[in-house]
Amino acid sequence: MSLLKSREAILALAILGLLALIASRFPGFVAPANLAAVFTDSSPLILLALGQMVVILTKCIDLSVAANLALCGMVAALMNGAGIPLPLILIGVIALGAALGAFNGMLVWTLGIPSIVVTLGTMTIYRGVIFLLTGGAWINAHQMSPAFKAFPRTVIAGLPVMAWIAVVIIAAVALLMMRTPLGRAFYAVGGNPHAAVYTGISVGRTQFAAFVMAGALAGLTGYLWVARYAVAYVDIAGGFELDVVAACVIGGIAIAGGAGTVAGCVMGALFLGIIKNALPVVGISPFWQMAISGAAILIAIAFNAQSQRAPGRIILKRAEHRT
Amino acid sequence: MTTIQTGRRIPDRLTSPLSRALKSWEALLLVVAVAIFVLNSVASPYFLDPWNLSDATFNFTEKAMIAFAMAMLIIAGDIDLSVGAIIALASTVMGVAMTLGAPTPVLVLLGLGTGLTCGAFNGLLVARLGLPAIVVTIGTMSLFRGISYIVLGDGAFTGYPSGFAWFGQGYVFWVITVEMVIFILAALGFGILLHRTNFGRMTYAIGNNATAARFSGIRVGRVRFILFLLTGLMSGVAAICLTSRLGSTRPSIAFGFELEVVTIVVLGGVAILGGSGSITGVVLAALVMGLVTFGLGLLNVPGIVMSIVVGALLIAVIALPRLWAMLRRG
Repeated sequence: MSLLKSREAILALAILGLLALIASRFPGFVAPANLAAVFTDSSPLILLALGQMVVILTKCIDLSVAANLALCGMVAALMNGAGIPLPLILIGVIALGAALGAFNGMLVWTLGIPSIVVTLGTMTIYRGVIFLLTGGAWINAHQMSPAFKAFPRTVIAGLPVMAWIAVVIIAAVALLMMRTPLGRAFYAVGGNPHAAVYTGISVGRTQFAAFVMAGALAGLTGYLWVARYAVAYVDIAGGFELDVVAACVIGGIAIAGGAGTVAGCVMGALFLGIIKNALPVVGISPFWQMAISGAAILIAIAFNAQSQRAPGRIILKRAEHRT
Repeated sequence: MTTIQTGRRIPDRLTSPLSRALKSWEALLLVVAVAIFVLNSVASPYFLDPWNLSDATFNFTEKAMIAFAMAMLIIAGDIDLSVGAIIALASTVMGVAMTLGAPTPVLVLLGLGTGLTCGAFNGLLVARLGLPAIVVTIGTMSLFRGISYIVLGDGAFTGYPSGFAWFGQGYVFWVITVEMVIFILAALGFGILLHRTNFGRMTYAIGNNATAARFSGIRVGRVRFILFLLTGLMSGVAAICLTSRLGSTRPSIAFGFELEVVTIVVLGGVAILGGSGSITGVVLAALVMGLVTFGLGLLNVPGIVMSIVVGALLIAVIALPRLWAMLRRG
């Protein structure tokens, strides 16, 4: 019974139901090869959603992840153009992403500015910097070296490197969240900041760590994105931050912080990824996708609130239900 | 969304009203606005032309209309990130009606009605069901604009009736545009509502402590619902003005408006966590934003670079006072 009540189980059932619905009309969609392709296609969303999850757990939100991704992707393409070898590029973009995340984190930590304001601001700043770097020019496939483009697509044991990176990061984040003091600190800070302070956890520093982690993941994804689609310009991944937040919300990460799991987050991202890949197969215009993910977010929040509302709460609790 | 609260400092002496006014955020904004005005008129010989200045007001009038309602919403401790999407949906509804041959008054009513409906939907989810405003409006942001995309795809509605153009392109008197008049009326209306009515006091009370407000007999849910309704209504007004000015509807219309509206509100001295702020501040902030973007435009600075300035402005206006306070405390 308790298994049926857990959010992850319900979400898993929803995904299976969705797959069954699609398979009833297009059996080819659930062929292992196609499911692997859907997973690979969802990898960037999974990576960013994991970073966003950690940030949301600490009662913050990072709306700059997509801009961070775009900036790091552009820098990766520029580094490649300058003839820098791939390993150095990878280290470079991860460091740059972490630095951009650290900038967000510093403003939240030392000045106590609400994260939504900070990241709304840095979202436009980071995108603007791409324009300053390139003057608005595109970097196209023929300007990228073959090795740079091939790396995320290289198939190892049936899956492309991009999917393997997602698998490794999922495992690493799960380990971090469950088995390290930092991982538990993320939950503690979000669950009850005052209690966290009394147990010796610095709230600001933990939030800073969360932003750095989200930034580093966005930087890595920036390279993967640009290499996979073989194009870099100012507007890549525009509006992707909303998909990332949507994946977290659907995955049951409480927006008020302190509750949520890696499994839920990954399934939330997969849910959106399956819808995105299934729409053209089922013959629905891709223009429907935005409205569908909006509706999915709303249903998920309403559902989360329903399951969190404990019976017999004190009166007037609703007045406190505020962000 | 940060939660650490430090103890509020209780003043040990009264300050005179004059020195308070001089030290206020609004006074600082006024100085900044005048400084930018002077800088601009020195930097470009075209700045002081009355027709140019009149054109420049289009930079901020539509956003500022929404910013007044958003300011009240943020003072009450909520936020609405779906305003740009509401504009897109309202504009799309007007476009559909236009292709069916609806006359201008019907288009206007539909624009306002769509805004109200969207606001009511947000309000229902946030105030009635108690869901967090940020995620709800991120969700409705996708939903509302998504519906526009379903209707329009990559197409566009054009060919609005000539009478409809009055709202965004018309002049009431000399260089005074219709939008400017709507902006001034909205400023007065919201100024009175926030600073001179019970409803305004309730808004502050809810923003400072919703539970205490509830215990003092304020119908918290209803006030918050009305605030979402007002934000939706003003988004509908802005949709009419913007659609009329552009003369066309695309699903990407007013993309990113929410960022600039929130920036105007925060720049205007409204506390992002709720509880304080004034309409005067928002008016001045809108002027500052308009002057900055217009001045940069005259200097041939591309739009995306301006957005860096807007983003930096948003962070700087919040960061600088806090940095200053930190340095003074040592």
